[in-house]
Amino acid sequence: MQKPTIEASNVSKAYQGHTALDGLSIQIPKGSIYGLLGPNGAGKTTFIRLLNQITAPDSGHILFDGEPLKPSDVQRIGYLPEERGLYKKMKVGEQAMYLARLKGLSDSQAREKLKYWFEKFEIGPWWNKKIEELSKGMAQKIQFITTVLHDPELLIFDEPFSGFDPINTNLIKAEIQELRKNGATVIFSTHRMESVEEICDHIALINQSKKVLEGSVEKIRNDYRSHRYVISGIPATDALEFPPNIVKESAKTMKGHVSLTVKVNEEVSTNQLIQTLLPQMEIHDFKEVIPSVNDIFIQRVQGKSQE
Amino acid sequence: MNKILLIIQREFSSRVRKKSFLVMTIIGPILFAGLMIAPILLASLPEGPKKIWVLDEAYILDHDKGSSNYTLNYFPPDELDLDAAKTVFEESEYDAFLYIPLSETGALDYIQRNTLLYGKKNVSLNMEGYISKLMEGKIANKLLLDLGVNPEVVAQVKPNVSLKKFSLGEGENAQESNTEIKMITGYTAGFFIYFFIFLYSAQVMRGVIEEKSNRIIEVIISSVRPFQLMMGKIIGIGSVGILQFIIWVVLSLGLFQGASHFLLKDQMDTATMVEAKTGGVAEVPEIAQFQERLESLNFPLILSTFLVFFLGGFFLYGSLFAAVGSAVDNETDTQQFMLPVTIPLILAIVMATNVIENPDGPIAFWFSMIPLTSPIIMMIRIPFGVAPWELALSIGLLIGGFIFTTWLAGKIYRTGILMYGKKVSYKELYKWLKYKG
Repeated sequence: MQKPTIEASNVSKAYQGHTALDGLSIQIPKGSIYGLLGPNGAGKTTFIRLLNQITAPDSGHILFDGEPLKPSDVQRIGYLPEERGLYKKMKVGEQAMYLARLKGLSDSQAREKLKYWFEKFEIGPWWNKKIEELSKGMAQKIQFITTVLHDPELLIFDEPFSGFDPINTNLIKAEIQELRKNGATVIFSTHRMESVEEICDHIALINQSKKVLEGSVEKIRNDYRSHRYVISGIPATDALEFPPNIVKESAKTMKGHVSLTVKVNEEVSTNQLIQTLLPQMEIHDFKEVIPSVNDIFIQRVQGKSQE
Repeated sequence: MNKILLIIQREFSSRVRKKSFLVMTIIGPILFAGLMIAPILLASLPEGPKKIWVLDEAYILDHDKGSSNYTLNYFPPDELDLDAAKTVFEESEYDAFLYIPLSETGALDYIQRNTLLYGKKNVSLNMEGYISKLMEGKIANKLLLDLGVNPEVVAQVKPNVSLKKFSLGEGENAQESNTEIKMITGYTAGFFIYFFIFLYSAQVMRGVIEEKSNRIIEVIISSVRPFQLMMGKIIGIGSVGILQFIIWVVLSLGLFQGASHFLLKDQMDTATMVEAKTGGVAEVPEIAQFQERLESLNFPLILSTFLVFFLGGFFLYGSLFAAVGSAVDNETDTQQFMLPVTIPLILAIVMATNVIENPDGPIAFWFSMIPLTSPIIMMIRIPFGVAPWELALSIGLLIGGFIFTTWLAGKIYRTGILMYGKKVSYKELYKWLKYKG
């Protein structure tokens, strides 16, 4: 198996008066899009700052590509912080050059990469404009470019879609997919879990400085299946009949059209349910109720507090 | 290291290219040269002579015609009394009226006590000085004559003393001492370094706040260490200060030289003319004297120590101002932290008068050793001459001081720049000092 890009073991960080991270262990597989989810104040940003070496952990250690984090690693990381901005009075091109050079690119490398991205986003004419002359959406594009410009192996986006307009959001989602295809590992950190569900393949849930849940989205969904189905169609009989391992939870009939929710026992497969239904009705719509990450999170957190 | 250079470069070039820098750089020296030249120019402006009516009942002034500045005209004492003379004076266009009474006994000290000088406006100090000096001379002459001294001898007794002041240096050479020039130079240098430190430290603070409120700070410190960013900013802005200072010195000197050369030539011409006319020796023009005295100062020493103390003081205060900037969200919140940082600077300027009066006293000594005040106080003392060991010790302490403050500021800075929307207290700042990297 490939070495994970990031392997954090038992990382703790406390600020005076409160614990930001408490024995956090996380593995971020190479080439994955990893969602770091949790409510505000859970410790996500602290963890990201540790990865960027803005702060150091009180205990525990972090491996980057199998090696302990070292100062030069910042050049292999692209980071778009939650609190992001640009120098208002500086010209777009100059500013992008400056940030690229701070990431360790040479003057000519930086110029070449910028040319590529400015052409790709069709923003060449902005080069000599000042940031304050740009709209917010335009500035966001510049921020995105400066984050990915130096071809980082690890990309970290903290609350990436807050403040991004829908067009930019889609553009950036597409770009991120492409970067991943080219081998980058991507970390998304957000408290709006539904916003990244569709693009993440791994997630970790963090709550109150601790990891609550970690794994591939598929596996987590499987683990947290509700075994509920929503079915609609036209019944062939007056009353639908189910074996004891299938429970009808609700049913609504309108103009001979019925929509019902059933809960099945764990051993009942989807196909078995369909077989039961087929003789009794004409199925128009059949859907398993899949819990959203948000639901899972709430379930976990509430379940915890009930224990 | 490479990254610090990049930061320095950005801080430097973004400021040097600003219009305000260009304007300040050009207007500054014109202003300074103007300040230096204006008084000389004003002094050399010909002023119309003041006309004074004199009612000399004692005949003490001997119908002296006065000088080029004061023309004396005499009422006949046997025709007019004081009141009549005053009425004539009030209706005339004369500037002043001098009444010298005659005592009944002819005692000279009665004159000394009862002479009156009326002015249309206030009597100027200069006029008062001129009249009393003139009268003192005449009275002295009269006393000598009364004692039976040969009138020829009396005519020759006109003492005119102008003191040449010397201070004994360390070696054999006695240096001509020009206390006034030293005071002016010392005060100017002290004030300038105060102004420079304040101006450029405040720029550091504003730069930090700008990065924080622009929200670019976290982007940058994911590439460089916070300390690198802080130092890069301080060094970059300091370089702007040095560049501006050098341009100012060169331009000011150039302007001053040019202007004084022009003025000097003018005055020299009149001097030779006077000389030719009267056959006497004309006074050395004031401006030439001034220049000569300026040249007696050790300018290379003053300028080079200015740079050293500016840099030291700027690093010291610049880092403290950076820490203040990092702890707040916007400039209006800086007040509570600014006060303790600026008090030593202001104290130093307040002490300046004391130090100028007694440049070798204990206050001058101690305040020129404490790093927080030494840049200003030392600059005031240097024109008067400071022992090399004192200078070295002061610079050493200043270097130690700024290493300490940058270390301290670095700790506050790296935590402060990531804090938003929180009113920070001193207690909080103290906690930040203890955070681990």
